[in-house]
Amino acid sequence: MKPNVKSVENQVEQVSDYADSKLTSMEYVGLAVKEIEEKKRDKLKSGYLERENILAYILVAPAVIILVLFIAYPFVLGVWLSLTDKTVGHEGSFVGLQNFRNILKSQIFLQTVQNTFVYTGVATVLKLVFGLALALVLNRQFKFKRLVRASMLLPWIIPTVLSTLAWLWMFDATFSVFNWILVHLGILKRGLVWLGDPHLAMVSVIIVNAWRGIPFFAISLLAGLQTIPPDLYEAADMDGAGSFAKFWHITLPMLMPVLLVVLIFSVIVTFADFQVVYVLTRGGPSNSTHLFATLAYQVALASGRLGEGAAISLFMFPFLLLVIIVQLWYIRREQ
Amino acid sequence: MAAVGETFTKKLFSFYIPLFFFTILMLFPFYWMFITSIKPNRELYNVKSLPFWVFNPTLEHWKYLFKNTLFTRWALNTLFISIVSTAISLISGIMAGYALSRLRFKGASALGIAIFITYLVPPTLLFIPLAEVVHNFNLLDTPWALILTYPTFLIPFCTWLLSGYFKTIPKELEECARIDGATRLQAMIWIILPLATPGILSAGMFAFTLSWNEFIYALVFLSSPTQKTIPVGVVSELIKGDVFFWGSLMAGALFGSIPVALIYSFFVEHYVTGLTGAVKG
Repeated sequence: MKPNVKSVENQVEQVSDYADSKLTSMEYVGLAVKEIEEKKRDKLKSGYLERENILAYILVAPAVIILVLFIAYPFVLGVWLSLTDKTVGHEGSFVGLQNFRNILKSQIFLQTVQNTFVYTGVATVLKLVFGLALALVLNRQFKFKRLVRASMLLPWIIPTVLSTLAWLWMFDATFSVFNWILVHLGILKRGLVWLGDPHLAMVSVIIVNAWRGIPFFAISLLAGLQTIPPDLYEAADMDGAGSFAKFWHITLPMLMPVLLVVLIFSVIVTFADFQVVYVLTRGGPSNSTHLFATLAYQVALASGRLGEGAAISLFMFPFLLLVIIVQLWYIRREQ
Repeated sequence: MAAVGETFTKKLFSFYIPLFFFTILMLFPFYWMFITSIKPNRELYNVKSLPFWVFNPTLEHWKYLFKNTLFTRWALNTLFISIVSTAISLISGIMAGYALSRLRFKGASALGIAIFITYLVPPTLLFIPLAEVVHNFNLLDTPWALILTYPTFLIPFCTWLLSGYFKTIPKELEECARIDGATRLQAMIWIILPLATPGILSAGMFAFTLSWNEFIYALVFLSSPTQKTIPVGVVSELIKGDVFFWGSLMAGALFGSIPVALIYSFFVEHYVTGLTGAVKG
C-alpha cells in the first residue's frame, strides 16, 4: 500500500534532520514524531480534495449530471409535451389540458385503465402466492439444492421479450402445445384461441408476467426465510404448534418487511409493464390487453401523436407517486 | 427444515410434488425454445407429430440465424452497448455511493432520496420525451442513444447497492490509512474499493444483464436493422408479417439468452446478493 511506504520514507528523512543536533536519541525521535504529526495535519487540511463536502460534490457530480439530463429534464419535457399537440414532423403548439380531456373521454383509455389494474392486481397476487410457495419449497434440504435454486431464477434473468417469444409460440393458434395437451387429455374437443379472445388474451399475458416474476419473489423471500432464527420454530414445537400455526405466527410476520418491499417493487414494474403485452398481443384483441405503456407507445410512435402519447404515459405518474410515498414512509418508519 | 419423523406421504405432497410442479412450470418454456430450434419444419408444422420430442434433429435453423440474418451484428451491438453503459454506471455509482455512505455534505440525505426515487421510475414513464432529448442531441439510431440513457436506471441501482455495501465496511480501516498519511481519495481507492469487490461485482453483473435485456428504449431509439440490439432485432426483424419462422426465431431467443445465462451461472452467489441486497435497499 503506497501511503505506508511514503510515510516511512518521510519519517526516515525527518529523523536524519535531527541527527545533527545535540539531543538524546529519545528526545529527537519524540520531536520528529511530533513534527510529522503536525505536517500531516496541515497536509490533510490543505488540498481541496480533502475537504469533505467538496470531494463529495465532485464524487456525486457524474451521477447527478446524467440523472438530471436524462430523467429530470425529460420529465419536465414530458409534462410540456403533454400540453401540446405535437406530432411527428409537426412542431405543435400549446393546447392546455386538451390532451388530457380527450384521453379521459376515449373509450380505449378507460378500457386501458381497467386492464392495467386487473393485470397488476391479478399478476401480483399470483406472484406472491406462488413465489412464497416456491420459497418455502426451496428452503428445505434436498439433493442438488444449489442447482435447482439457481435454475429457478432463469425466467427472471433471461431477456423478457425472448422468453415471451417462446410463450407466443406456445400460445400459437394452430400449434399451441397447451391445446395439444388439453385435447389429448380429452378435456377439450378443440383447442382454444389463446390470444384471439379478449378474456383469454388477458389470462395469457397475466400468466406470462407472473411466470417471469415468481422467481424474483421466491429468491427474495428465501433470503428473508433464512434470517428467521430456528429457535423460534423449536420453541413453537415445544408448545406443540402445528405447521400451519408456525407458518401463520412465525414465518409470515417475520417475512413481512421483505415481503412489503418486494411487493412494492413488483407493483411498480407490473403497472408500468410493456414487453409482455407488446410481444404477445400488442394490446389486442380489440384493446382488451392494452396497458398504459403499450397504449402510449401506439399513440405516440405508431400514430405519431407525441403530445397525446406523453399525456397517456403521465397518467401512470399519480399511481407510481403514491406507491413511492408509501415505500419512503415505510423505510423511514423502519429506521 | 424437514421435521423429524415426517412421513413419506406428507413429504410427497408438501415437497416432492410442489418441487416437480415448479420445475416444470419455470423451465418448460426454455426446453420448448431449445427443442423448437432443432426441429425440422416438417415436424414443427405437423399437428399429428408428438410435440415434446424431436425425431430428426437439425441445425438448419441455427445456420440460418447466423448466416442469413443480422444476428451476429446485433450480438456485437448489444455487447458493446452493455459493456460501455455498465462501465459508466459502475464508475458513477461507486463514486456517488461512496460519497453518500461515507462523506458528510449538505444535501446528502435529499440526494439519497432523489436517487432512490429515480431508481423506482420505470423507463416506460419517460420514453417519449426521452426520445425527443436523444433526437435533440442527434443520437437517434446510434449506440450512444442507449449507452447514455441506460445509466438512468443503472446508476440509481448501482449507487443504492454500493452505498449499502460501503456502509458494512468498518470506518476504522479508512481512518487508519489516513493517519498513515493517505488522502481521502487514496483511502477510498486503496482500502475501500478492494474490500468492496464482491459488491462491485454484483452491481456490475446486474447492470450488464439489465442492459443486455433492455427493450423499450432500444425499440424506440434505434431504427436501422444494423444498429439493433438482440431483443429488438429478434422481435422486429425475424418476424415477417404473419409468417413466423419459428425455428430460427426460437434459435434467436435461445442464443440471445445464453450469454446472460452463462454469466449468471458463473456468479450465481453474487447475483443473488445483488438481487436481495437491492431489495433490502
